[in-house]
Amino acid sequence: MKDFVIPWDDADKGTPAKTGAPVTLTVDGIAVTVPEGTSVMRAAAEAGIQVPKLCATDSLEAFGSCRLCVVEIEGRRGTPASCTTPVADGMVVHTQTDKVAKLRRGVMELYISDHPLDCLTCAANGDCELQDMAGMVGLRDVRYGYEGENHVFARAGGEANARYLPKDESNPYFTYDPSKCIVCSRCVRACEEVQGTFALTIEGRGFDSRVSAGMAGDDFLTSECVSCGACVQACPTATLQEKSTVELGTPDRKVVTTCAYCGVGCSFEAQLNGDRLVRMVPWKHGKANRGHSCVKGRFAYGYAEHPDRILNPMIRESIDQPWREVSWEEAVGFAAGRLRSIQETHGRQAIGGITSSRCTNEETYLVQKMIRAVFGNNNTDTCARVCHSPTGYGLKTTFGTSAGTQDFDSVEASDVVVVIGANPTDGHPVFGSRLKKRLRQGAKLIVIDPRRIDLVRTPHVEAAHHLPLRPGTNVAVLTAMAHVIVTEGLVDEEFVASRCDTEAFEDWAAFVAEERNSPEATEALTGVPAAELRAAARLYATGGNGAIYYGLGVTEHSQGSTTVMAIANLAMATGNIGRPGVGVNPLRGQNNVQGSCDMGSFPHELPGYRHVSDDAAREVFEKIWGAKIDAEPGLRIPNMLDAAVSGEFKGIYIQGEDILQSDPDTRHVAAGLAAMDCVIVHDLFLNETANYAHVFLPGSTFLEKDGTFTNAERRINRVRRVMAPKNGYADWEVTLLLANAMGADWDYTHPSEIMEEIAATTPSFAGVTYALLEEKGSVQWPCNAARPEGSPVMHAESFANGKGRFMVTEYVATEERTGPRFPLLLTTGRILSQYNVGAQTRRTANTVWHQEDVLEIHPHDAEVRGVREGDWVKIASRKGETSLRAHLTDRVAPGVVYTTFHHPDTQANVVTTDYSDWATNCPEYKVTAVQVAPSNGPTEWQRDYAEQAGRARRILPAAE
Amino acid sequence: MSPEKLARMANQIATFFRAQPAEDRAALVAKHLNDFWEPRMRRQLLDLVQAGHADLDPLVVEAAGRMRAPA
Repeated sequence: MKDFVIPWDDADKGTPAKTGAPVTLTVDGIAVTVPEGTSVMRAAAEAGIQVPKLCATDSLEAFGSCRLCVVEIEGRRGTPASCTTPVADGMVVHTQTDKVAKLRRGVMELYISDHPLDCLTCAANGDCELQDMAGMVGLRDVRYGYEGENHVFARAGGEANARYLPKDESNPYFTYDPSKCIVCSRCVRACEEVQGTFALTIEGRGFDSRVSAGMAGDDFLTSECVSCGACVQACPTATLQEKSTVELGTPDRKVVTTCAYCGVGCSFEAQLNGDRLVRMVPWKHGKANRGHSCVKGRFAYGYAEHPDRILNPMIRESIDQPWREVSWEEAVGFAAGRLRSIQETHGRQAIGGITSSRCTNEETYLVQKMIRAVFGNNNTDTCARVCHSPTGYGLKTTFGTSAGTQDFDSVEASDVVVVIGANPTDGHPVFGSRLKKRLRQGAKLIVIDPRRIDLVRTPHVEAAHHLPLRPGTNVAVLTAMAHVIVTEGLVDEEFVASRCDTEAFEDWAAFVAEERNSPEATEALTGVPAAELRAAARLYATGGNGAIYYGLGVTEHSQGSTTVMAIANLAMATGNIGRPGVGVNPLRGQNNVQGSCDMGSFPHELPGYRHVSDDAAREVFEKIWGAKIDAEPGLRIPNMLDAAVSGEFKGIYIQGEDILQSDPDTRHVAAGLAAMDCVIVHDLFLNETANYAHVFLPGSTFLEKDGTFTNAERRINRVRRVMAPKNGYADWEVTLLLANAMGADWDYTHPSEIMEEIAATTPSFAGVTYALLEEKGSVQWPCNAARPEGSPVMHAESFANGKGRFMVTEYVATEERTGPRFPLLLTTGRILSQYNVGAQTRRTANTVWHQEDVLEIHPHDAEVRGVREGDWVKIASRKGETSLRAHLTDRVAPGVVYTTFHHPDTQANVVTTDYSDWATNCPEYKVTAVQVAPSNGPTEWQRDYAEQAGRARRILPAAE
Repeated sequence: MSPEKLARMANQIATFFRAQPAEDRAALVAKHLNDFWEPRMRRQLLDLVQAGHADLDPLVVEAAGRMRAPA
């Protein structure tokens, strides 16, 4: 298959695009019309003329420091820098006069007099703007020589050169070589403007100027640098260089694809030599990320080649035996035989499967199709069950569609942003950066979170209000905000009257207006000062375009679905729906959570969110699939495990999910898995769940297959095969093998054929084809006859179900209560460098930032327990106990402790409970009553677990 | 599934719909159970109702009679 080349203009035009009235000027005799505010440099580029430049790049605002881009403009004195000079009507520009050519050569000569001449052995050879510009300006001589003061040589005149600094190799993914730096400030500006971390600065003045990370004495690793790589991408020389490029050489081809980490869904160029991946570079035309990335997407892809990866299928009779490597045919035959035999003995409903939110839409569609059409039941679910299933239920109930309302560009038009139960700078870093950019421009921020997340106060960003609520009181806080909006007359009456079910609104308004829902009445319960809550509600209702972004801190509660409805109520009541800058935006955890839900992974819904009891919907699929579909809903993941424990559910196919580590109440999950006769794990690694598996089918990475992911903004992005699957098959092919071994007769030869079937059966995808995706780059569903180019903003004219529906949101306390034995509340989350259960990121150099899960505890709570920084502590709940190290911080309030769940050695889910959302059974990860006490190290449970895992992972040497 | 857990889940649903302004809340509870509970879970719930399980919300008991009977 040929490389995919989109006919986009990838040239660096020097300064960012502007919008404005057209202005016409002449550049070197060529007339060009550009928007007002455009730089002369960019106008020249639009006319096809490249002005030499070093400090300018079109991802950053113009800076005007290198003086290489000087031009002459008729009627103006001197030689202005074209990057900082805006165009004017009738301007006549000359970019190549003798005068500017001489100036440029002089500037270049000075740069090169303090730059090593090791081009042929330099990692940026052939990919160096300094080299290109030296050639472009015709530099032929450096008259100053190299003997004088310089930053290039370690020794000068027989003595150590005090100006020379050695290479900083502390970051695992890139190097900083000060000897090659031309102090163009592109890295510093990228860190500020694009990433928003402000970790870099230029220290010193004049000839002493140099790039510096963090404070004096810091290197890149110890500084605040988050390793997003924006500086590396911006660097015009080899000063900041990927270690992979140093090792493998500059790439010679590229394939545009989509990141497989979080729900932002960044577009990347996979840059290769042959089939060897050299580096991932964010694609500037990617509409989710606009050329930016985080440490995971850009650098943490090494897991694909990790020695732990399993490349051959394996089976075993029982889980106490070691694994035996077998052929694909034998493995699939073994699995199919066991599943069918279970059905013969225990009934058609005794097996099921889990689709993966990490796999493609096409793969997910096939898994649920296999379950419904080949297994013959609806026992299909996906990990969205444990993250955003309440979003599906809550938004469908209120808005009529189970999806976020905006695209990510929308944040650029927001005036007030509310972040609830989400930590974008860690969990969704590229969106976090885009949000911070908007906040630096003046938009206001309200954070509703038990923990003081970075956004509350970070360089050049400070939340207007942080409501540090007690875990489990989301509904009370949001209803109190609604109380303020209704009782203070801040409702957008016109919007409500024209767009919403007014009867439901009246009922809701009367409910929220009750005194018991006021901020003052709920303060004791929520811990949020009433005055602060009132101020936040007023700001959201009156501050202009108000947008709500939320995460799993909303959904993973007993009242997760109610909280989603409370958020939708607020947006409708204030008219913040249906245009850029507003809306309700669930930040999806995994890359394809949205897609896996869209593709019918839930046991009650066929693709496109149509209930299985809907005869017409079933008929559409029955016709194409040639099989009868059960009209009753199937089991959800927690129900499957319960049914397994009680002996009614015996076999499961799990694609790309590690339920033993990610799902709550680990002992219960283990008991459920252990009770089954056939557990099939289809994954890259022998994950924790595989300890209980009978069949292991090796998976493929996102680099090894074609397909599509749908991100949090409903954007369908292409995933393109970069290299052949190391395990032999793309994941969709593995599902096909299993389905056919069970009697199906599928003959798909490419994922595009699966997408054709999806489009033919699912109205919101009716217009989606691979050809359209090639043409547009990506498209947001609904994409059909009514909206052939997709839908960036939903509910613009009317809600999907006609009128928006307000729902009464009565606060109900969770049954998980603190008490004398368990006085603290544990809440969980994640951090930037690790992803979910860590199966991928733990197998990359990202571990330098996070080797283990730690328990954040307030210094007060620590002191009364005799816990010091770094001590081992035991955390115990009614469900179980585990040990980890303590970190004392006032980011958490007294009474609240926090940890991540990235490491199986900790198994934070040993302590979480099986309480769940009332509507969807989404587990209540975010509230567990616990006690914390000093301990000597891992608990007995952890030691037993490690031993069992070691035993379960034995693999017999392959037979001769 | 343990009867306690099943009862708790059913009661949670009843608690949500009790707060909703509707003429017939039991119908809403029954519809939710029909839409989202697998037939074996509904069967078990019906058995609990018939056995007069003590911890069931009265709204669940009322809804049970309106639930689609599992095959």
